[in-house]
Amino acid sequence: MSAAALDARIGKPWKKPAFIRNPYLRWGLYISAAIYILLAVSSIEVNWARVSEGLVRGWNFLAAFAEPDFLSRGKDIREGMIESVIMTVASTVVGILISVPIGLGAARNIAPLPVYLICRGIVALSRALNEIIVAILMVAIFGFGPLAGFITLSFATIGFLSKLLAEDIEDMDRVQAEAIKATGSGWLQWINYGVQPQVMPRLIGLSMYRLDINFRESAVLGLVGAGGIGATLNTAFDRYEYDTAAAILIIIIVTVMALEYLSGIIRARVQ
Amino acid sequence: MYWGAMLRLEKLTKVYRTGDRALDAVDLEVPNGQVVALIGPSGAGKSTLIRCINRLVEPSSGKVFIGDEEITSLGAGALRRARRRMGMIFQEYALVERLTVMENVLSGRLGYVGFWRSFFRKYPQSDVDEAFRLLDRVGLVEMADKRADELSGGQRQRVGIARALIQNPALLLVDEPTASLDPKTSRQIMRLICELCEERGLAAIINIHDVALAQMFVQRVIGLNKGAIAFDGAPDSMTEDTLTMIYGEEDWKATIAKVEDEAA
Repeated sequence: MSAAALDARIGKPWKKPAFIRNPYLRWGLYISAAIYILLAVSSIEVNWARVSEGLVRGWNFLAAFAEPDFLSRGKDIREGMIESVIMTVASTVVGILISVPIGLGAARNIAPLPVYLICRGIVALSRALNEIIVAILMVAIFGFGPLAGFITLSFATIGFLSKLLAEDIEDMDRVQAEAIKATGSGWLQWINYGVQPQVMPRLIGLSMYRLDINFRESAVLGLVGAGGIGATLNTAFDRYEYDTAAAILIIIIVTVMALEYLSGIIRARVQ
Repeated sequence: MYWGAMLRLEKLTKVYRTGDRALDAVDLEVPNGQVVALIGPSGAGKSTLIRCINRLVEPSSGKVFIGDEEITSLGAGALRRARRRMGMIFQEYALVERLTVMENVLSGRLGYVGFWRSFFRKYPQSDVDEAFRLLDRVGLVEMADKRADELSGGQRQRVGIARALIQNPALLLVDEPTASLDPKTSRQIMRLICELCEERGLAAIINIHDVALAQMFVQRVIGLNKGAIAFDGAPDSMTEDTLTMIYGEEDWKATIAKVEDEAA
């Protein structure tokens, strides 16, 4: 730096350059954002009479949590839970088995371009379709019941797990894999020794997380007829049996929390 | 039995997609059992050169011969078999960190065993025995069941050396073996590599930044600059002018080992 350039800097405060350099553009964006929020909030219409009526109903529902009824519909709840658990575990296992090869194919650093495009296409399709929409379609094809839920959740698992697995493979340490290739290994050996050890902890963590998501989703899918505890919950709501509904929700919450705790332990172990 | 040169490069050229000419028609012969140091500034193409030999990087043109086999024209299967004869040792060790030391060493046999054997870690007894012998040779036999990421830098590089040697190679490709090691460990690693090459009659190409360290151990030094060979000669024939030729202008007095110091 020349002496003049240095002199111009000495004794003056230093500030981090703004993210948007042009001050007109910067302040223009701030002001338009403020105006947008004002307009958006003022355009919301609230029917206060309807709210006061609804608050009572909402309160009744919350009050039911104080005395949940696990027993009068005990058999339905048990059957719904068993169906949900089977659906969750089966769809997670099948989903993982299909996700691993698709995840390998969707990683640009190990798959040739045509395979990559096909696998990314499958991932994009699975992620584009929301579970509820797939479930409605599956119920239309296979009828009411857990089979439709199982297929829906397997399909959703593929999009989730393949994408995140592929991204982890793309982020792996290239040199470790290169070292295995340099020994003259075959392709499968290369994956098994050079790639798998690097991504295994994340794959296990993601699988546990997906198990948890699939259980929660299985509760929602019941609302559109895809079986499981959601169907039982839906029936309880239809009958205005808030105490039974509260019992079901408590069971779902406890199960999800238990799964969360379990997956935390497992993820810490596999590092 | 190979006649003449162990390794021969003919007009080896690599142009990257960015247009960088990393290697420019390099001709080179390395006889059986010779240990060569490859020096040169960062970006001179040292790493590309050794990666073009086992085709971890595909050369753009030119030929690579190991003995009388032309590596550059091999198909995928034949290339894998050829790679078994070229052991590679890496900068930053390149061990698979979540595998055990023993798995890392045995991975040097992947080119020789089938997939299911390697998948279930059921290596032939002779491979297991050889792995323990090599671990003993590099002084790590009691570390066999530790995970690679539990080891220190020098220990990891020793495992890397054992992994390269269990391939039963004819040639060692060594990429900056001491770049992340302290001076004492660097010397120990270089000494170990050169001793093992002598014991087994291996040829080796060692990329290295530390000129004085290279002079201490190798029989021949090649200086690479902008993808071309700028110097090729015995380590004690290097002068300050040689280093200026390879690296550019700088005060080299303290860098280069004096021949009389070595003799004393």
